[in-house]
Amino acid sequence: MPENSIKIKGKKKSLFIDKVKEIIPDGGNLNLCLTCGACVSGCPATGLEGMDPRKFLRMASLGMDEELTTTPWVWMCTMCQRCSYVCPMKIDIPQLVFNARAAWPRDQRPKGIRDSCDMAMRNDSNSAMGTAPDDFIFVVQDVLAEYQEAQPEFKDMQAPIDKVGSHFFLNQNSREPVTEPDELVPLWKILHLAGVDWTYGSKGWAAENYCLFLADNDCWEHVTRVSAKQADELGCKVFLNTE
Amino acid sequence: MRKSFGDEVADDLRFVVKSIVGEENFIEMTPNKSNNYCCGGGGGFLQSGHTEARRSYGKIKYDQIISTGADYCITGCHNCHAQVHDLAHHFGGTFNTVHLWTLICLSLGILGPNERTYLGDDLKEVNVFHPETAL
Ligand code: SF4
Ligand code: SF4
Repeated sequence: MPENSIKIKGKKKSLFIDKVKEIIPDGGNLNLCLTCGACVSGCPATGLEGMDPRKFLRMASLGMDEELTTTPWVWMCTMCQRCSYVCPMKIDIPQLVFNARAAWPRDQRPKGIRDSCDMAMRNDSNSAMGTAPDDFIFVVQDVLAEYQEAQPEFKDMQAPIDKVGSHFFLNQNSREPVTEPDELVPLWKILHLAGVDWTYGSKGWAAENYCLFLADNDCWEHVTRVSAKQADELGCKVFLNTE
Repeated sequence: MRKSFGDEVADDLRFVVKSIVGEENFIEMTPNKSNNYCCGGGGGFLQSGHTEARRSYGKIKYDQIISTGADYCITGCHNCHAQVHDLAHHFGGTFNTVHLWTLICLSLGILGPNERTYLGDDLKEVNVFHPETAL
């Protein structure tokens, strides 16, 4: 090592970026940044809270953990992945953001996202609106019967729930059954005309996953397992996620 | 979808859209596919309480839509639909925001009167399936 190189004294503290590198594939290439700025120029969250993806990454490299794990910007990056797509070094900034979200105390994360996750944990629907399986089944059957009668060309149309052996397991955003049930119907019609073998699940039917957005890994795993287990138990081959 | 399966899936969807509305009525945004801008509804942003930031984020998408001059913007999922619909409302855009299923059924002549919430006045009365069932 040259005589005049700068030696950093003291014990290296455990950095947030090192922890993240350990848990994501290939360390997310997090130390390969060329500071080119391609990510910044195409990120719609650039400038919000005085932050941008390159700055966020540089701050991580510099060990500014306190700032990183407290900036509300992590809730404004949608983890859309555009930055990684254009990055010459394929750096996984969205994963860094996700893990910074996870570093927030749960009770300080955005209430709207947290409440939606908590609702999903209330029963086996996974619904961010807390809708119980029975209510979902009722709405689907009710709307189906209404349309079978009103539009006789579709009298044989089905909207199966828990149909064993179906090829496709379909989920659905809760807003449709709960607030605008007529919006369920066009999709059913298309599946009917195309002769698709599909089913909803009485469990895990809700498509939204706010526990993922909350970066609550345990709850995220829970809701995902509820859906996956239902699809498996019904013997479905393909999980169709509509969100 | 595109995030998991890549641009091939985006191309499949363009085939569907063009088949429904006709090649001449399809206007592509630029940039698009994997290089596209996120609308800002995802990642929990819609529920995060940061409404002003969310709309500011979405302004890029809004401007992209406006510059196409299109009357309809098709969104791929419920989240995008809610966000793009809100952007149009907030920034004064007159385009309509629709689900793909609505246009597929409209093109097949099987879209009933109560399944048209998101169609504009220009299409509300077009080819209505069982108009007598209107609520
Ligand atoms: S695009 Fe990649 S290499 Fe360029 S500044 Fe952003 S993270 Fe660094
Ligand atoms: S993932 Fe986040 S940082 Fe990257 S482009 Fe999207 S919003 Fe910006």
